[in-house]
Amino acid sequence: MESPLLQYLFRLGDDSLILGHRLSEWCSRAPMLEEDLALANMALDHIGRAKMLLEYAASFEAMGHSADDLAFGRDERHYYNLLITEVPNGDFAVTMVRMFIFSAFDVLRLEELSTSHDEMLAGIAQKGVKESRYHRRHAADWIWRLGKGTDESRRRVQRALHTIWPFTDEMFDMDDTERVLIEEGIGCDLHTLREIWKKDVSEVISNAGLTLPEDGYMHRGGRNGVHTEALGHIISEMNYGYELMLS
Amino acid sequence: MAVLTEAQTEFFEAKIARDEKIEPRDPMPDGYRAHLIRQISQHAHSEVIGMQPEGNWVTRASSLRAKLILLAKIQDECGHGLYLYSAAETLGISRDEMLAQLHAGKAKYSSIFNYPTLTWADIGAIGWLVDGAAIVNQVSLQRTSYGPYSRAMVRICKEESFHQRQGYEIMAQMMAGTRKQRAMAQDAMNRWWAPALMMFGPPDNDSPRSHDAFNWKIKRESNDTLRQRFIDKTVQQAEVIGLTIPDPDLKFNEATKHYEIGPLNWKEFYDVIKGNGPCNRQRMEHHMQVHEDGAWVREAAQKAALNGQKPA
Ligand SMILES: [Fe+2]
Ligand SMILES: [Fe+2]
Ligand SMILES: [Fe+2]
Repeated sequence: MESPLLQYLFRLGDDSLILGHRLSEWCSRAPMLEEDLALANMALDHIGRAKMLLEYAASFEAMGHSADDLAFGRDERHYYNLLITEVPNGDFAVTMVRMFIFSAFDVLRLEELSTSHDEMLAGIAQKGVKESRYHRRHAADWIWRLGKGTDESRRRVQRALHTIWPFTDEMFDMDDTERVLIEEGIGCDLHTLREIWKKDVSEVISNAGLTLPEDGYMHRGGRNGVHTEALGHIISEMNYGYELMLS
Repeated sequence: MAVLTEAQTEFFEAKIARDEKIEPRDPMPDGYRAHLIRQISQHAHSEVIGMQPEGNWVTRASSLRAKLILLAKIQDECGHGLYLYSAAETLGISRDEMLAQLHAGKAKYSSIFNYPTLTWADIGAIGWLVDGAAIVNQVSLQRTSYGPYSRAMVRICKEESFHQRQGYEIMAQMMAGTRKQRAMAQDAMNRWWAPALMMFGPPDNDSPRSHDAFNWKIKRESNDTLRQRFIDKTVQQAEVIGLTIPDPDLKFNEATKHYEIGPLNWKEFYDVIKGNGPCNRQRMEHHMQVHEDGAWVREAAQKAALNGQKPA
């Protein structure tokens, strides 16, 4: 059984690893060059953060693994990212809605973790929170523009909200792993963040003239390594270069 | 465009003679302006189209470090595209017009990007050879006579040095690896060497437009001079990591202290320029598809800007 902190580092690291992968898929495909730059920036932030978290995990695990071994050497059932991070990019609206909804959550989580009793984790969170505030802002601006833009953009961004919404509940799930860490002052208590997150998201969405979807079926399972079909495709692609260099 | 008065012509020519930069509001001959628009927009398109072959490997990079470096490099190239479009805009053409020319096949981009990146080693070869060749050219262009272009080159060259290093590092790592990895690196070298040499353009005795470009000091050094500079530094770098230059005629001339290469296949070069390369159609279709797919986003952004200020 993995220690709670190691499991936690995997969870946080995989969130960034998989979201960074999705963002990097936009490379050369953005609606304008300025947005190619922004998407690459956000991808770099998340992949960089994944690298720091998995380096820490590797040193903590002390099994002789490198961060790359951890990032690219696992199978589908041993990735622990939130499902929202693996949802396919879809159109620009889906990408920006996911980015906004996740980043609004991530900012709050990282603010809490910035004062974690685990110094390494606190340091990573302090750097990350600055990045994620920018991500949240950038994506929120797009939600507004798409909501206030044309009929087509309004239709697409509203549809994107419905695509992403069923993946929001899982963000606030906590199990014994996380409860142990909260007691030790290391982990982040997600329950207290939920209301703040909901208020932020509701405001941005209603300012853009859009409607918040109703809560329906909610996907969950990422924290236990039970994913959507999308993850297997990500890792078979993502792990290819690493495997090549082993052969 | 109006024809220049005698005084304006004198002003322009005197500035060129004194090696001063021509600035956007200065009088300049139509031919000078047209030459620059063609060259700078082609340069910008090259930066942007070049994102495709390298982007092809971002999601499959061999390590977290390699992925970060590659993505940062491609992001730089995108930024270079932006600076260069802005530099061209100072000559009175818009980015939209330049993109329309690209899509209509009237504007070109560097032929090198019409070759495919088949393996991870190709990412090494591109960074090392293609960026290596681009740097030699761009360093020379820092002294070009048009101010905004020259300044864009200074800025770009500062960012370029790590591009070549990241490619060389991939090649070196593979050459220090397993037999399979070494073979992959050599194969990439074999496929990219000659196209990289042809990036400098046709031999000097076969370069139709270069006469004006030299007189106007847009171009400061000849194709063959730049090519030779690249060959001399690259042959040595190949030797250090154990790669063989795929040219049986390659030899070092003790008298001139330069490496001499065998003949290049210029017919292939002209064929690829004309559109008959392995990826010409793919690169253009990708660019046009992305442009089309993004149209609704650009329209929405424009419309929203008219609809007022977004709340803080
Ligand atoms: Fe380039
Ligand atoms: Fe560049
Ligand atoms: Fe470059």
